[in-house]
Amino acid sequence: MVPSRYRVVDRVEELADTVTLAVEPVDEPVAAPGHGQFNMLWAFGVGEVPISVSARSPYLAHTIRADGATTTALCSLTPGDMLGLRGPFGVGWDLDAAAGGDLVVIGGGIGLAPVRSVIRAVIAERDRFGHVSVLIGARSPDSLLYRDELADWRRDGDIEVLVTVDSAPSGWTGDVGVVTTLVDAAGFDPSRTTAMVCGPEIMMRFSALALIGRGVAAERVKVSLERNMVCAVAQCGHCQIGPVFVCREGPVFDWGAARSLLEVRQR
Amino acid sequence: MQALARDGRTVLGPTVRDGAIVIDELDSAADLPAGWGDEQGPGSYRLVRRDDEARFGHVVGPHSWKSELFPPRTLLVHSTRTADGFTVEPPDNRRPAAFVGVRPCDLRAIETQDLVFDDTDHPDPTYRNRRADAVVVAVQCTDPAATCFCTSMGTGPRSTSGFDLALTEILDGRHRFVIEIGSETGRELIATVPHTEATAIDLEIAQARSDDAAAHIVRRVDTDGLPARLAATLEHPQWDNVAERCLTCANCTMVCPTCFCSAVEDRTDLTGDHAERWRRWDSCFTLDHSYMNGASVRSSSGSRYRQWLTHKFGTWHDQFGVSGCTGCGRCIAWCPVGIDVTEELSALASDPASEGTVPPEGAGPQEVQ
Amino acid sequence: MAATRTIRELIAEHPLLADLPAADIDLIAGCGQNVHIATGRHLFHEGEPADTFYLVRSGRVAIEVAPPAGPSLIVSTTGPESLVGWSWLFPPYRWQLDARAVDEVSAIAIDGACLRGKCESDNELGYRLMQRFAQLAVDNLLAARRQLLDLYGDNSG
Repeated sequence: MVPSRYRVVDRVEELADTVTLAVEPVDEPVAAPGHGQFNMLWAFGVGEVPISVSARSPYLAHTIRADGATTTALCSLTPGDMLGLRGPFGVGWDLDAAAGGDLVVIGGGIGLAPVRSVIRAVIAERDRFGHVSVLIGARSPDSLLYRDELADWRRDGDIEVLVTVDSAPSGWTGDVGVVTTLVDAAGFDPSRTTAMVCGPEIMMRFSALALIGRGVAAERVKVSLERNMVCAVAQCGHCQIGPVFVCREGPVFDWGAARSLLEVRQR
Repeated sequence: MQALARDGRTVLGPTVRDGAIVIDELDSAADLPAGWGDEQGPGSYRLVRRDDEARFGHVVGPHSWKSELFPPRTLLVHSTRTADGFTVEPPDNRRPAAFVGVRPCDLRAIETQDLVFDDTDHPDPTYRNRRADAVVVAVQCTDPAATCFCTSMGTGPRSTSGFDLALTEILDGRHRFVIEIGSETGRELIATVPHTEATAIDLEIAQARSDDAAAHIVRRVDTDGLPARLAATLEHPQWDNVAERCLTCANCTMVCPTCFCSAVEDRTDLTGDHAERWRRWDSCFTLDHSYMNGASVRSSSGSRYRQWLTHKFGTWHDQFGVSGCTGCGRCIAWCPVGIDVTEELSALASDPASEGTVPPEGAGPQEVQ
Repeated sequence: MAATRTIRELIAEHPLLADLPAADIDLIAGCGQNVHIATGRHLFHEGEPADTFYLVRSGRVAIEVAPPAGPSLIVSTTGPESLVGWSWLFPPYRWQLDARAVDEVSAIAIDGACLRGKCESDNELGYRLMQRFAQLAVDNLLAARRQLLDLYGDNSG
C-alpha cells in the first residue's frame, strides 16, 4: 500500500473537466500495464483513486475527470509535479485473444479512456485484425474525448470510427442518438467479432444487448465494471460484487459473467 | 509469562476490564481472569464468578486477535513535502508479541485472515511481520458459551495444529495444565518453566474436557452445501424480516475475528507539509461502504445484511476456499438487538412459501380471484 | 364466471384492442387473470423473459432503469387504461427495462407467451396484434423523442 513516486511530464486539457497526465517514474518504475488495467493515483495529502491507463507509450498516461477532491487535485497537477502511483492492477482487455478476427471497441463518455491504449496497440499491429470499428458515444460535441486523434485513427489505423452524441447544437453535422445505433451501422462481421465495451454501466448493458442482438457471441463481449475501490489488492472488501473482487477478477469481464453479477438486485 | 516476555515481546491475553474479558497487555499471570466465567446469549454478555480459580474458564469476549494482526488503525505511509515533490516513508509496524489464550475458533480465524493478508500476491507488511513474530499459546475450551457453534463450523472445541503451545486447564483437586507442544518455539519455551511429562491419564482427562465442551454446545448451523443454498436465497423474504431488526450498527463486523474490510484516510498536519495515509477498520454495514458516483449500491439495511451473511457463509468459499465463519458466536452476543446468525441461516433454509405475510420481492404480481 | 366476464369487458373496452374481432378478444381474455401489485413491487425486471403483459386498471406504473448505485431512473410513468409491455411480442422476448408499481396497481395480466404461440399458428391474428402493439411502440417512441429534446431549458442560470 506504499505508493511509488512519479512525476508529471505532460498535461493535456482534453475537456473543461478532464485532463490527461503523462508520467514518468522518480524511483523504481512499476510493472508495465496491460490494456484496461488501472493504477491507484495518489495526490499528496488528499487521496488515492483508481484511474485506468489510457496510454502506455511514449509515457504512461491517465485521463482523469475532475469530479471529487482527489481527481480535482490530480487534474491541477502540472509538468514537474509529483504524484504517488501503485499498480498496475486488475484484469484488462485481452488483445491477443481478439486477434485474427474483427474488433469492435465501444467507448461511452469517459469510458473511451480505458480503451484508447487498445486502439493505439491495434494501429501498431493492424494486420493482426480484420475489420476494426471504434464506436464513440458522448453527451454532446463538447464532451467528446480525444477529438483530434480520431482522424489519425481513421487514417493511420484503417479503423472505422463512428461518433454519436446524445444532443447537439445546430451546426453539428455528425450523428445524434444513442450509441447502440452505431452498432447496427458498423461494418463488422458478428460471427468473428470480439467487442470491448466501456462506459457507464447502463450504457454497457444495452450496448452488450445490441451486440448480441446483432449476432456477436456473448462470451466475446467484454465490459469493464466499476465499483468503489480503496486497496486495489482484494483486501479492503469494497469492490466486491458477489464472489468477485472487481480490482482483481476484473474490471474487465465477459458479458455473461458480468450479467450474472449485475443481475442480483441490490436495493 | 516471563519466558514469553523475554526479548521485548509484548504478552497479550485475556483480562477483566469494563465488565468483560478483553484482550490486553499482561504484566504477569496475575492479570489473567482467575475465577471468572461468562454467560452469553443473543444481545447479552455477562461476567459470572466461578467457584474455582480457573484462569481460562470462559470463552471469547468482544476482542479478537485481529486487533493485533490487522489493527483498528494502521499507519500505511508517511510522506513529507520536499522542494521538488515529496518523500515516501513506509512505517515499521512490527510488534513482537505472544498471544496467550487463543481459542480454537480464534486460531482458525487467524488462519482465515492469513489467506486475506498473508498468503496473497500483495501481502500486507504489518500483518505478515506481526504474524511471523507472534508466539501462539492456544487454550482448549472447556466451558463453551451458549453462543458458541464451533462444532458446526469444524473449528473446535479443540485445536490440533497451528499453535506453539496449547493448554488444557484441569481443576480436579490439582490445578494443572496439560500442554501440547506444537513447534520448536513451543518446545524451547516449555524447557524454561517447571513441568513434567504428561501422563496417559492426564491426556485422557484433557480429551474428556474437550468432549464435554463439545457436548455442551447448543447452537448449530447446517453447513452442508451452504454456499450454494445461500446463493439461491437472494430474494428470500427472510432478508426483509431481518432488515426490520438490523440497526446496521456494525457491531458484528467489529467483533468478528475474520471480517477484514477497511477504509483509508489521508491526513495532513497544519503546515500541509506532512501527509499520512491511515488504514482503519470499515464495515459493509455502513452506507458509505458501497458508495459510488454519488450514491450507494446497497442502500437498504436488508441488502447490507444480506451482503454480510452471504459473504461470510457463502462467497467467502469462492474467494478463499474456506468458510469465513469459525463459530465463535461473538456476533450473536454483541448484536444489540440479538440477531442470531444460526437462526437466520435456519430461516433462510426454509421454504419461502411457508413464510409469514411478507410476500417476496421477486414474486411480483399476486393473483387475486 | 363473473371474473372472466369483467376481464373480457375490459379488454373489449380498451382503445387499442376494442376493434379486434370478438374471437380475438375472447382469446386474449382467456389468457388473462386479475392481478394486484402492491406499491413498490415490480411487475418485471430488465433481462427477465417477457412472457406477460399488463392492462392497467388502476394505479400508476413507473418504467425505469436501475443504475449500479442509487435510486432507479424513471423513464416514464403510465396510468390506468395503459398497456404495459410490448417486449413479449418482439424478439428477444426479454424485458429491456424495469416496471414498478408506484401506487397499488390493479391490472389484468395477459399470458403473452401463450398469445405469441397462437400468433405463430394464426398469422392473421399475429398481424392484427402486431399492428396494435407496433402503434403502442411508435407512440412511446415519439413521446421519448420529444422528452429528449429537453425543451424547457435549464433554470439553473
